[in-house]
Amino acid sequence: MTFQQPEVDTSPPVSDEIRKTTCYMCACRCGINVHMKDGKVAYIEGNRDHPVNKGVLCAKGSAGIMQHNAPSRLRAPLKRVGPRGSGEFEEISWEDALDIAQGWLQPLRKDHPEKLAFFTGRDQSQSFTSFWAQNFGTCNYAAHGGFCSVNMATAGIYTMGGAFWEFGQPDWDHTKLFLLFGVAEDHDSNPIKMGLGKIKARGTRVIGINPIRTGYNAVADDWVGITPGTDGLFILSLVHVLMKAGKIDLDYLSRYTNAPVLVNQDKTSPDYGLFLRDDHGAPLVINRKTGKLAPFDMYGVRPDLNGTLAMGEITHVSVFRLMADQYLDDGYAPEAVAERCGIPAPRIRAIAAEIARVAFDESFELDREWTDFRGETHKTMRGRPVSMHAMRGVSAHANGFQTCRALHVLQILLGTVEVPGGFRFKPPYPKPATAHPPPHCRVTPGKPLDGPHLGFVQGPEHLALLNDGSPARIDKAFTWENPMSSHGLMHMVISNAHAGDPYRIDTLFLYMANMAWNSSMNTRGVMDMLTDTDDNGDYVIPRIIYSDAYSSEMVAYADLILPDTTYLERHDCISLLDRPICEADGAADAIRWPVVEPDRDVRGFQSVLVELANRMALPGFTHADGSPKWQDYADYIVNHERKPGIGPLAGFRGDGSAAGRGAPNPAQLDRYIENGGFFLKHIPEEASYYKPWNRAYQDWAVDLGLFDTPQPYLFQLYVEPMRKFQLAAEGHGDRQPPDHLRQQIKDRMHPLPVWYETAPHGDTKFTVHALTQRPMAMYHSWGSQNAWLRQLHGHNPLYVPTKLMRETGLQDGDWARVTSPHGAITVPVLEMAALNENTVWTWNAIGKRKGAWALSPDAPEATRGFLLNHLIHELLPPKGDGLRWANSDPITGQAAWFDLKVRIEKTSPPKDRPQSAPDLPEMKSPVPPPSQDLAWKVGS
Amino acid sequence: MTDLPSATQRQMGLVIDLDTCVGCQACVISCKGWNTENYGAPLSDQDAYGADPAGTFLNRVHSYEVQPDHGPAQLIHFPKSCLHCEDAPCVTVCPTGASYKRVEDGIVLVNESDCIGCGLCAWSCPYGARELDLAAGVMKKCTLCVDRIYNENLPEEDRIPSCVRTCPSGARHFGDLGDPTSEVSGLVADRGGMDLMPEMGTKPVNKYLPPRPKDGLAAQGHGDIDLLAPLLSPVATDATGFLGWLDRALDKLPGGDH
Repeated sequence: MTFQQPEVDTSPPVSDEIRKTTCYMCACRCGINVHMKDGKVAYIEGNRDHPVNKGVLCAKGSAGIMQHNAPSRLRAPLKRVGPRGSGEFEEISWEDALDIAQGWLQPLRKDHPEKLAFFTGRDQSQSFTSFWAQNFGTCNYAAHGGFCSVNMATAGIYTMGGAFWEFGQPDWDHTKLFLLFGVAEDHDSNPIKMGLGKIKARGTRVIGINPIRTGYNAVADDWVGITPGTDGLFILSLVHVLMKAGKIDLDYLSRYTNAPVLVNQDKTSPDYGLFLRDDHGAPLVINRKTGKLAPFDMYGVRPDLNGTLAMGEITHVSVFRLMADQYLDDGYAPEAVAERCGIPAPRIRAIAAEIARVAFDESFELDREWTDFRGETHKTMRGRPVSMHAMRGVSAHANGFQTCRALHVLQILLGTVEVPGGFRFKPPYPKPATAHPPPHCRVTPGKPLDGPHLGFVQGPEHLALLNDGSPARIDKAFTWENPMSSHGLMHMVISNAHAGDPYRIDTLFLYMANMAWNSSMNTRGVMDMLTDTDDNGDYVIPRIIYSDAYSSEMVAYADLILPDTTYLERHDCISLLDRPICEADGAADAIRWPVVEPDRDVRGFQSVLVELANRMALPGFTHADGSPKWQDYADYIVNHERKPGIGPLAGFRGDGSAAGRGAPNPAQLDRYIENGGFFLKHIPEEASYYKPWNRAYQDWAVDLGLFDTPQPYLFQLYVEPMRKFQLAAEGHGDRQPPDHLRQQIKDRMHPLPVWYETAPHGDTKFTVHALTQRPMAMYHSWGSQNAWLRQLHGHNPLYVPTKLMRETGLQDGDWARVTSPHGAITVPVLEMAALNENTVWTWNAIGKRKGAWALSPDAPEATRGFLLNHLIHELLPPKGDGLRWANSDPITGQAAWFDLKVRIEKTSPPKDRPQSAPDLPEMKSPVPPPSQDLAWKVGS
Repeated sequence: MTDLPSATQRQMGLVIDLDTCVGCQACVISCKGWNTENYGAPLSDQDAYGADPAGTFLNRVHSYEVQPDHGPAQLIHFPKSCLHCEDAPCVTVCPTGASYKRVEDGIVLVNESDCIGCGLCAWSCPYGARELDLAAGVMKKCTLCVDRIYNENLPEEDRIPSCVRTCPSGARHFGDLGDPTSEVSGLVADRGGMDLMPEMGTKPVNKYLPPRPKDGLAAQGHGDIDLLAPLLSPVATDATGFLGWLDRALDKLPGGDH
């Protein structure tokens, strides 16, 4: 046939209009261009101007159109009419729904505000929801950090005033070696991929330390398939080798860390292990110039890392000498840790050598003059181009806090934090633990709580305990069981409320947290607790209110549903007061705004909270005469002032030209929309590194309203508040731990990082580590309702390493019974070679309950899909001491998801049809069945 | 059957970096979004919320495990779409002239109004790069975003395929592979860019950059320990010696003498 080339229109119109807002397909918060046709969402792409994603967008972000139109969207407020868990509801009006909620909440506020437990899951408005809870007066508020990565965040803040992800990032432009520890594929979605692309383009070596070689670890130049839970030991072995070889940055340590600070060594003193301080409380060092004591921040001081001081009977030595004592010990030698970590000793040395080579032989200087907090001016900024990043993989163990501390200490010893080529903070970080408030828990009926719920304890005096020593909070955060639980313990709320321990609550109010499914340990047990009744036939947890946009598993277990909007139908602010989107070179915040109006009877949850607050005349929300300050969340975002001149959004304040500080600007949201949905203010060049000690940065931060005064500080290699808890456990002070917790506190709260074994003891039947991670193309449980994304990850096999496949006689497609001390599941398996040889894993939250998410009951998510959660209990198996110990980090209370160990055996395949076990009964769907055939085209 | 042009003025195509692709599927879904809304019939989905969801995609990412002779197993992410071959068998096999290769840029397209959905082209493609859309009954394939790359309604920087624009790790590159001075040709030359299945004789325009050698540190650690020794030689043999080293080292710091 003769070649005939048709005419193609290569310049068709793209869309009628682009509306720029912020993605919410995960917690990454990228900027998106929403292309509109005929008033409908037609196509979503990344916003090139946005500081987070600079135009790129992940699979989830591009699939937002299917999330926005998902058939699982709730349509109207729901009132439960069947038993809890059945999914039987009737749709009611908002007026009725708000009457019911008010009718439950207002009497609680009057008499027992703490009987409301308000926990907000994957909330991106925590500064607002906590403000609401504080004004309601309950002490029982937190978001999901306790079961996510509180270890990472808290260890970072106590150690160096910030951690990874939202707190900081590698210096992608200058780094020459990048180490990635325990990062699941979904964190921190686009910025990590962009950074990896940037450094790999110039051939920078990437080392991935992770039991599983997928995603980022698949492109790592070197993969270290470490045994789960031993990262801390591996890191401290690197510390040992590097210290022993003198490959540490002594100048940096003496100037910017508490390594030279003197520590009391008198074992009989109530100050044993505490810092020597002057009358103003400033820690003291030996000045190497004079050999005499000096405050750490004195002009001209040269703090001596090797300092010692005898004052009468009492000897003081520097933190650095304590570190030398501890880490030069041969117990940390590569040969001593190799077997436990599953990494040959020569390989540990090779990695240490590469770190040393790059940090010291490839050091460089940027020609930027800067002045430090002591007043000394430096002509250049020295770079140490080794950077690191870590996330939940190292964090979600019962030794996660100390492991994260160890990682930060490693970076600090190398002098790579806040220097060119290393790790950089993002505003409002750096911000030390001492600049955060302590937790508050004093409840007064009818009044607001005495301060913010969550914070950073500095010692036993800040624990959230009642006068009788019992826990003030339902989740037992900030108690002797887990003193530094800065994010609360959402995962313990339901089991504690069910047990009435420490007390009974009346109403459980949850937002965006799928606690009846993938967000809980012991999923089946949690369902039973939510449906359990007392002798009168009343539910043990009397009332449950839940807000979600979608028909998640949790919906079926609530009494009242307040349906939320999709992310394209709502106002939000991604605030500097909260979890901002800043970059190392600038402060940034952003908004969401309704690019389309809801076509259902749903409302943005935050606006519903404003309305409830107004109905109850909560103090922070209403004027003295009871009239409301704000009509809805958008009104709050613009007009709320946390302090005079400082509000949820930093940009376009006052007349529109003010940044950070300024009067509320009624046109602020319009200005954000004109600017692409975000605001960005760059950090001056002389303030770009050495931020905790850099006067120019500190002054810039004060100008912007991040601080009221400059807050320079030292990195805390030695965390003194931890030592204060140990002192209490040793018998010092008024506030004393219960006897059964003394040893745990002494052992675990060591002020220098330590490693300890967390794998369950005593039962040698469970020897295989079992992990989960989320894929890059899914976020928590949301992806299953997305017609495009579920074609990528519609079910989740258990990935089993080659050696275990052989040992257990398994082949691809076989079914295995997986047991833990807590339970058993039956699941399909698939062999994987690029995996630690004693670890199995699966994708988290792909498995679904039949009847949820508007999926057909025979959807693969509900048949072959499964959760590992059934194998994990919130308590450890009994140890025979008559006590039940939490399956969590004894310092922060972080849920120890990844301490799970299992046994795996081949089993016969399910009869009739593929079905994993447990197979829970189908719930009635609160939304109608969807149309199954999609040929999606908006406009003509 | 349909003729191929004897030559094309340019050879527009993709260079995909397998050393950098993390397998995130961003390109897959961005492609689905753009091409559902643009050229030709939408990319439909069947049983979208049911037991066997299956839809049309113009680009898919596969993952393969590789076990090298030495060192641990590796996982390679492999994005695959139409390679816009010079000798495209999908064109010559087309009975209606619906499949064709453009003279000006070498893009292989399907003219949907002439496509009878016979499926011969998909059968002839050795790469499995074509999918028949079940709702429209026509053959769908990568258009290299022919409705983006010249589109005057888009800003100039956005006149690239949707998959390239969205790729978070920068693993996808677009340009004229017929021009030896182009950036993409430079990448292919520098990084040893390869044809996919060259033995099929299709002369694909798209190229793949192979993964760089991996796990080199392990080899160093095992075989060549002496090379590293100077970097890690201990400064002292015991704690007292270490503190002595510390004193001497501190004296050497700027302003350290006393």
